[in-house]
Amino acid sequence: MTLEILTPEKKFFSGDAESVMLPGADGKFEILKDHAPLISSLKEGEIRIRQNGKDTSVKIKSGFVEVLNNKINVMVEGAA
Amino acid sequence: MPGQLKEVRARISSVTSTQQITKAMKMVSAAKLRRAQDRIIQMRPYSKKLSEMLQNIVSGESDVEIKLAQARAEEKILIVLVTSDRGLCGGFNSNLIKTVRVLVKEKYQAQADKGNVEIMCIGKKGMDALKKSFKTNDAHVGLFGKLSFDNTAEIAQEMMNGFVSGKYDKIEIVYSQFKNAATQIFEAEQFLPVPKSAPKASAKGSTKNSEFIFQPSKVELINELVPKILKTQLYKCVLDTNASEHGARMTAMDKATENAQELLKDLKLKYNRARQAAITTELTEIVSGAAALEG
Repeated sequence: MTLEILTPEKKFFSGDAESVMLPGADGKFEILKDHAPLISSLKEGEIRIRQNGKDTSVKIKSGFVEVLNNKINVMVEGAA
Repeated sequence: MPGQLKEVRARISSVTSTQQITKAMKMVSAAKLRRAQDRIIQMRPYSKKLSEMLQNIVSGESDVEIKLAQARAEEKILIVLVTSDRGLCGGFNSNLIKTVRVLVKEKYQAQADKGNVEIMCIGKKGMDALKKSFKTNDAHVGLFGKLSFDNTAEIAQEMMNGFVSGKYDKIEIVYSQFKNAATQIFEAEQFLPVPKSAPKASAKGSTKNSEFIFQPSKVELINELVPKILKTQLYKCVLDTNASEHGARMTAMDKATENAQELLKDLKLKYNRARQAAITTELTEIVSGAAALEG
């Protein structure tokens, strides 16, 4: 599963992930392999990315996520 | 004669130092231009993805009510002019200002007569030039020094609030599109209401679309997505203008350096001529003096 986090200023993250936890507008949710195609808005919060059993967290501002064919695109206005 | 010699020498040294300055400014602009171009490239994937997503959502849905796309009677107009904060970039800023004047004259003369055309300036030069002839809004001066998405997003939000609250019925942006270092395209672009002409997604988009889960509803997503796209659009305009400014300055300074070179050539010739003339006169004086003594 590949994950990309894009901001207007740069490509913040690009790589493989086992699971991704996102702060959706209706509450947190997690995306695992073979998730159904999805478009959702995100609110300010943090993204948890699990890579090789290790968690990384990224603070984001509001934005959107698109999941399609095991590719996750996260577009947010700011990430740190 | 010696007086003229000294004069020419002084001019040569002054032109040389001017040339040094223009050369340095050209170098600085070249470096800044590269940075500005990088920024545009960095932003592209984000804005491309956002509009793709909008197409994904909109396709299939025929008529979505978007608050920011509702056209109204055009009574109160806001023109956002993006110029640079600094000068010395050739005709760059004056061309932008001219674009605004032409735009007002051609499209909004009636509104302007009633005093309903307001100008919001991003960048000091536009502000300086237009504050006398138009009603200018609080300007955003010094934005380019700390150019970031957050800064421009704030301005975009302000513009959207103005549109939604009915303070303005139409908003246009005048900016300079960056083509390459030597060419800029001065353009007016409608910002709000969102132009409806956006091409509908192709067939392949709509087949994909049916499978997507939308969270929250499509309409809500669109109403969230559109402001984000608008913010990106303004950001793009500002970045483009920024890159154009440095491009224009680079070209202007290159030209100035060249001109200084030519001037120096002429001056050197003049200097040598004056020096030769001085020597000749001196020699004649000595020779005739000696002849007088001998005589």
